[in-house]
Amino acid sequence: MQEHATSDTYYVPPPSIWPLVGSVALLALASGFALLLNKFSAGPYLMALGMGILLIMLFGWFGTVIHESLAGKYSDQVDTSFRWGMAWFIFSEVAFFSGFFGALFYSRIIAMPMLADAQLLWPDFHAIWPSAGPGLKIVLTPVDAWGIPALNTLILLSSGATVTWAHWGLQKGRQFQLKLGLALTILLGVLFISLQVHEYGEAAFSIRDGIYGATFYMLTGFHGFHVMLGAVMLSVIFFRAVAGHFTAERHFAFEAVAWYWHFVDVIWLLLFIFVYWL
Amino acid sequence: MYTAADPADAHAHDHAPSGFMRWVSSTNHKDIGTLYLWFSLFMFFFAGALAMLIRAELFQPGLQFFQPAFFNQLTTMHGLIMIFGAIMPSLVGFANWQVPLMIGAPDMAFPRLNNWSFWLLPAAGTLLISSFFVPGGAIAGGWTMYPPLFIQGGIAYDMSILSLHILGISSIMGAINIITTILNMRAPGMTLMKMPLFVWTWLITAFLLIAVMPVLACAITMLLTDRHFGTHFFDAAGGGDPVMFQHLFWFFGHPEVYIMILPAFGIVSTIIPTFARKPLFGYVSMVYAVASIAFLSFIVWAHHMFATGMPLGGQLFFMYTTMLIAIPTGVKVFNWVATLWRGSITFETPMLFALAFVFLFAIGGFSGLVLALVPVDIQLQDTYYVVAHFHYVLFSGSAMSIMGGIYYWLPKWTGHMYDEKLGKIHFWLTTIAFNITFFPMHFLGLAGMPRRIPDYALQFADFNMIASLGGFLLGASQLLFLYNVIQCVRGGAPAGNRPWEGADTLEWTQSSPPPYHSFVTPPIVK
Amino acid sequence: MRIANYTDQCAGQPLCVRRLLFCMPNALVFTSAFLLALALALIAAPARADYALNFPTPASGLAQDIYDLHILILWICFAIFVIVFVPMFVALVCHRKSLGHVAAKFHDNLKVEIIWTIIPTLILVGMAWPATNLVMSMKDTSKEDLTIKVTGRQWKWDYEYLGDDIRFTSNTTTPPEQIDGAQAKGENYLLEVDHPLVVPAGKKVRLVLTTSDVIHSWWVPAFGVKQDAIPGFIRDAWFMVDKPGIYRGQCAELCGIGHGFMPVVVEVVTPEQFASWKDEQKKLLAAAAVDYSKTYTMDELKTMGAKVYTANCMACHQPNGAGIPNAFPALNGSKLVRGEKSAHIERVFNGKPGTAMAAFGKQLSDLDIAAVITYERNTWSNAMGDVVQPTEIAALHKRSQ
Repeated sequence: MQEHATSDTYYVPPPSIWPLVGSVALLALASGFALLLNKFSAGPYLMALGMGILLIMLFGWFGTVIHESLAGKYSDQVDTSFRWGMAWFIFSEVAFFSGFFGALFYSRIIAMPMLADAQLLWPDFHAIWPSAGPGLKIVLTPVDAWGIPALNTLILLSSGATVTWAHWGLQKGRQFQLKLGLALTILLGVLFISLQVHEYGEAAFSIRDGIYGATFYMLTGFHGFHVMLGAVMLSVIFFRAVAGHFTAERHFAFEAVAWYWHFVDVIWLLLFIFVYWL
Repeated sequence: MYTAADPADAHAHDHAPSGFMRWVSSTNHKDIGTLYLWFSLFMFFFAGALAMLIRAELFQPGLQFFQPAFFNQLTTMHGLIMIFGAIMPSLVGFANWQVPLMIGAPDMAFPRLNNWSFWLLPAAGTLLISSFFVPGGAIAGGWTMYPPLFIQGGIAYDMSILSLHILGISSIMGAINIITTILNMRAPGMTLMKMPLFVWTWLITAFLLIAVMPVLACAITMLLTDRHFGTHFFDAAGGGDPVMFQHLFWFFGHPEVYIMILPAFGIVSTIIPTFARKPLFGYVSMVYAVASIAFLSFIVWAHHMFATGMPLGGQLFFMYTTMLIAIPTGVKVFNWVATLWRGSITFETPMLFALAFVFLFAIGGFSGLVLALVPVDIQLQDTYYVVAHFHYVLFSGSAMSIMGGIYYWLPKWTGHMYDEKLGKIHFWLTTIAFNITFFPMHFLGLAGMPRRIPDYALQFADFNMIASLGGFLLGASQLLFLYNVIQCVRGGAPAGNRPWEGADTLEWTQSSPPPYHSFVTPPIVK
Repeated sequence: MRIANYTDQCAGQPLCVRRLLFCMPNALVFTSAFLLALALALIAAPARADYALNFPTPASGLAQDIYDLHILILWICFAIFVIVFVPMFVALVCHRKSLGHVAAKFHDNLKVEIIWTIIPTLILVGMAWPATNLVMSMKDTSKEDLTIKVTGRQWKWDYEYLGDDIRFTSNTTTPPEQIDGAQAKGENYLLEVDHPLVVPAGKKVRLVLTTSDVIHSWWVPAFGVKQDAIPGFIRDAWFMVDKPGIYRGQCAELCGIGHGFMPVVVEVVTPEQFASWKDEQKKLLAAAAVDYSKTYTMDELKTMGAKVYTANCMACHQPNGAGIPNAFPALNGSKLVRGEKSAHIERVFNGKPGTAMAAFGKQLSDLDIAAVITYERNTWSNAMGDVVQPTEIAALHKRSQ
């Protein structure tokens, strides 16, 4: 169980090797990826190596943090730092997604009509969304918003509710409600991802099919990746909850992941509206 | 003004680890700040060397030394490395050293993350610089990476994209760290409006970084998928638009310009009051000016794209918003002048750099205003006038204020005084050579010399030769800087706690160099 | 405790004016000289246009307006500059510690701060007004007398007179020997082309611009026209030039290795000359039409092919066919060139997506393609001995439809 830190001074951790390990991992991962993209056979191996080192680093680093947290080294001020840090991190993620949404809106509102105006180059083109552009000659069948996507909206919204229910449990000291809520949330997350994978399999177009395919798969793909990341984080939190790491007073890690999950939720709503529906 | 913490308490913990591991595994903001500064100095010389090669090729018309393919690599990499390798890391280095010291915090909010932010830089730098040696050579499409030209390149293009991703991760984490430190770790009594202006500028810069680095990540990810995964983000045949990349890039790129200049404003706003021995004039309006510049930076991006041909309404909107930037910038310059007015001024090296900054940055500001006007910009877009403009704001703006800042705080960081005479010589050589190099470029641009060309028409020959000569002198003078810094680190007259009598921020209450762990118990600010 | 002490021989000089005159610090000397030079340069600029300190002499109304706007803004900036920096230099000279000046304590003055926020705002409005009017006239491409389609290509310009069925390519004519320094550079070094754009004087010419590969920018400084050409999109611009003559410019957007070697030359002629020029072009075009019934000989094809190669292929693949290692493949000894004819034709016709190798099937005539392929297969150390006839290329056109 975590005890309340009483120290006034801000905890400055001792030297740590993990950041350097993380840098080596990213260097290997990035160079491996560059090699892979250019069809050098060493690429995948280097990437696997980088991934392995990255996993070791994540285990080592987060392990240290959990250890320090349990040892009561984090004062209230440190806790506030973590909250600020997570909030700004989520803000950066918002900026990331707004870039892709920007691309979507730009293509639909600005680029499409301009292409349709360029009669000299594309005499037969009309600005009708969804579009694969004037040069590809592809007729697109978009995904029906009121099929799987609507179901997925329901699933993700419910998962937002279950994680909040788990939080209530935690705040009121009901550890079982916490664990059950978390388990349900993870389950719904996995269900969401499975349905997304199914939808990708069924979709009648690919990422290569013009701007619609590109924005569709880029936005839903990055979102799906974030859901997966969120599900992994929730699982870690679940195991920590089982191990009894959280008290009603101190459970920043839980809240951080819950914030993240809600963020992923909101992004999905925007996706549903602007990618699937309108 | 301040009640210093009990020094005995501070020194009790004061034992710096030593050797190799001290640097690679550091969780100390001072060590990490030092790493940032050395890294940026190395990159400054590396990218500077590329600039020397560029000026050598442009010394005379005709192709003397390099083929166009390599020349384009030189200009592209010079820009990328100066921006992401030299200017940005050095400013983060300042933030690391100074923010905790100036707000009375024991360290950065996330010391381990801080170390990662730094150590990602050598990783990204390795990836970027090694791309010179891969088949096809380094990227040659300009640091702005416009498609479709950028789609045409080889593996170096992918390496550069991924390197920028890593640099982005580093910048975002660094910015989160700085913003959290400033918001959560100020000494008791230090309200936001009591913070030194340098801290304010970094608070706002950190916000800009978190807001726009992800957008860059987004844009270059699309480049990568267009290159390798068959997407059509920037290809009209598939309904994409190459100009969309420019919008995304400059949505990042314009705030990026302020990311590089706002902390420089902060440094200058610290130096000028010190050597005028008078408080900064209009502190509150300075804060508001920085905030307005930051806000405006989000709605001016398309002024980099007037020649791409946007609708009339767009051109007018971006022209007006861009002109508005002149107001807060003007306020800052007026405030600096008012700070000097009726002061008790002395001219140590940092002050010389700060004064040159005010004067030369104003020239860059005025040429910026000229460029803001769409009709004039149409003539000047992509010419040497633009090259002159952004070197006036980036070299005599950012880089020279960074040099001033280094001279200003070196005594604090090392405990030794630098060689004042050498510093002054360095200053004068730099200032004169800088103007010889870049002032004629205004004329070249007006007369019609496009930028990014390896060879030029005969009418441009004279000014190019002058600019090249100035450039070589400018490059050579920086060796004096390197020498002075190294000598200062190795030894010199002891600096004492407060070598500048006009300095009144918290770091001067500490010893020089400050204890390894300073402000373990926060000071009380009244 | 200060280590550095600024010593000044003028310490103790009583009068500020005397200090200003005799004891100026280095900063002031340097800066005044600099300002003086700047001012002289600006004043001298219109008088000495040949020394190129300002925009080239405007040839169009737009360019003249831009020129005037720029001069106006420059003077405003100069005035502000003086107003701001004279007080700064007075402070630097008179308010120095070495003169025993004691620092004042003030650090705020709301009234002053409001004034120096409002005045610049008003000045900006004053600047924006003429600029806005000028932007509006620049963007007004209506009521044109003729429209020319400009297509940028790495690294040349295609011009097509819409409605007149005249089209040609404009290529640089600066010989590589001049660039390498083997020959003396000519008067119009890098600014000369084989076929300039010809337009009538006194007519409103509308350009519609696009490109077939990367972004280029069509720019003639004397016209005040610079417009990016975007692949897959159409942009437009206009100019009207009264004075016949030859006007030169360059591509202004980085477009690869040939970016510096992509001049724009416009020949403005009288409307009468323009009319006869058009007739002449139509005749030339008719004469140059590919005769598919003819079987060309190796020598004919190689002679034509050499020209096509110089204009279209040489920038990347180099005059000796050696290419640039790791960037542009060599043709001399190349497997593709020395292999099956059909694969070679295919590559030239369709290009290689994702590289600088364009699909020349859409850019060159069938005869040109046949000629250049024949040339490549039978030049340098390549000696395939086979020829390609225009009919073989025409077959490919049919297949791709």
